[in-house]
Amino acid sequence: MSDLPGDLLYTKEHEWLRKEDDGSVTIGVTDHAQAALGDMVYVELPEIDQDVEENGEMAVVESVKAASDVYSPVAGSVVAVNEALADEPEIVNSDPYGDGWIVRLQPSADIDYADLMSPDAYQQLLDELED
Amino acid sequence: MPFIPHTEKDTEEMLAAIGVEHIDDLFDEIPKELLAGKLERVPEALNEMQVSRLMRERASLDGTPMCFIGAGAYEHHIPTAVWDIATRGEYYSAYTPYQAEASQGTLQTIYEYQTLITELTGLDASNASLYDGASALAEAALMAVRANRTNKSRRVLLAPGVSHVAQKVAEAIAGNQGITFERLPVNAATGTVDFDALDDTAEAVAVAIQQPTFVGTLEDVDRLTDWAHARKAYAVGVVNPTSLAILKAPGQWGEAGADIACGEGQPLGSPLSSGGPYLGFMTCKQKHVRQMPGRIVGRTTDLEGNVGYALTLQAREQHIRRSKATSNICTNQGLLMTAATIYMSLLGFDGLGRVARASHANTAALVEGLTGIDGIERIYDGPFFHEAALRLKKSVAEVLEALAERDILGGYDLSSDYPELGNALLVCATETKTTEDIAAYVSAMAEVMAA
Repeated sequence: MSDLPGDLLYTKEHEWLRKEDDGSVTIGVTDHAQAALGDMVYVELPEIDQDVEENGEMAVVESVKAASDVYSPVAGSVVAVNEALADEPEIVNSDPYGDGWIVRLQPSADIDYADLMSPDAYQQLLDELED
Repeated sequence: MPFIPHTEKDTEEMLAAIGVEHIDDLFDEIPKELLAGKLERVPEALNEMQVSRLMRERASLDGTPMCFIGAGAYEHHIPTAVWDIATRGEYYSAYTPYQAEASQGTLQTIYEYQTLITELTGLDASNASLYDGASALAEAALMAVRANRTNKSRRVLLAPGVSHVAQKVAEAIAGNQGITFERLPVNAATGTVDFDALDDTAEAVAVAIQQPTFVGTLEDVDRLTDWAHARKAYAVGVVNPTSLAILKAPGQWGEAGADIACGEGQPLGSPLSSGGPYLGFMTCKQKHVRQMPGRIVGRTTDLEGNVGYALTLQAREQHIRRSKATSNICTNQGLLMTAATIYMSLLGFDGLGRVARASHANTAALVEGLTGIDGIERIYDGPFFHEAALRLKKSVAEVLEALAERDILGGYDLSSDYPELGNALLVCATETKTTEDIAAYVSAMAEVMAA
């Protein structure tokens, strides 16, 4: 079990979210998610300026085993996508919390923290999944 | 691949193993009110001898008329080798076996088919085939909506040359998903799009461009493709595969080429067979491949470095992606695709070109003969491929009936799809017709028109 970065928030769908200084949020999938999906072969990214609903589908990560939707924990508008994933989707496997980020959103409303988990809470979820 | 049916004992053992008494009990979850009950109009079963006799009697009713009908399905010479090979035990199956460990031959055939179709259409990627040309248009519309994500429109514009039957099928399949199909204005002199009447503010997710048009004329595909791209709509080429041996491939249309090409693959080795089964083909640019419906076979190497074939990009498909799949097609039109592959391989590009040129020449000769008859004229100016629309001074239905009595299927009556054309007849003479056949048709038509 890898150490979870302490500066991120997590969802039960295994996305992570980082609040940036400029008010935007960066979103990716967790190490658990990338390990469960296996080797990534393709990441379908949204368009810049595309509006995303809370818990709405925003991207698709496709591995050799499955294609899985990435849901946005917050409503907002896409301000950046990780273009590097178009040619090297495997970065999601090798560095899920860093260079493997997927989308950056500008939230359109206050973030509902009730639905997001701290690293400790997410670790607890992972522990329960292991049992 | 052998088909081994279950014996009664097998069935009993399986039912016993899962603790079910009758097979019908497995369908208990279907509510009783949804069961159809007895089908009153379905006749009682016949034995093999009775079925053979019935089929012989029905087949004899068809006779062996000379066929000058095109309108989407075309009589071409099919080399005997095509179906001799396609019906070998290794190929002959209603079901396409996809397991890589058991089906390298079938998978390689599909791979070759995909290669041939991409070469013919000038695009990068092909699927393993779809049900038919009309459902391929519906799938192309759905694909355009998925892939063209900078464009939120769900409106598909159809060039006037797109088949009305294909439009009806596409509306039946894609209509409930909020996709609408609307026709672009027609130039009455050519049967192609009227560029002067085009609304340059029109929003659309895709523009479907049929070449040749249903009425046989040739669309300005370059200009229409560029018009589509100028409004961020995908250009979808709906093409006759035989014509691609002499006409520009969709991949080369306009500045950027069509995004998707699809069409009816029947002319490639499938008999007319009273309307089916046929096969649909579909190709696209590489960047859209993940939105393509249906199966795709890829070439790879195994652990020992040997070339092998396997289904690829399966995460798009229903068995993995479930409700988010690109399509509910989880199969292909295997047998007809096999025939198409063999047909294309036997003819080669040059051979297909000879078929196309001979069909054009025969239709040109037929049109010349028929328009020499009093009361028959061409409806459209300009070039055509292997079909042409004629206006008759008499009722087309009556003329066709009189020709049928002379054992000639004289063409397709356009009056229901195109009432504005009046007494309009679409004729086609492929390479299967001889000079004598054409002369016989012209002479019969002269009699009928003079009567």
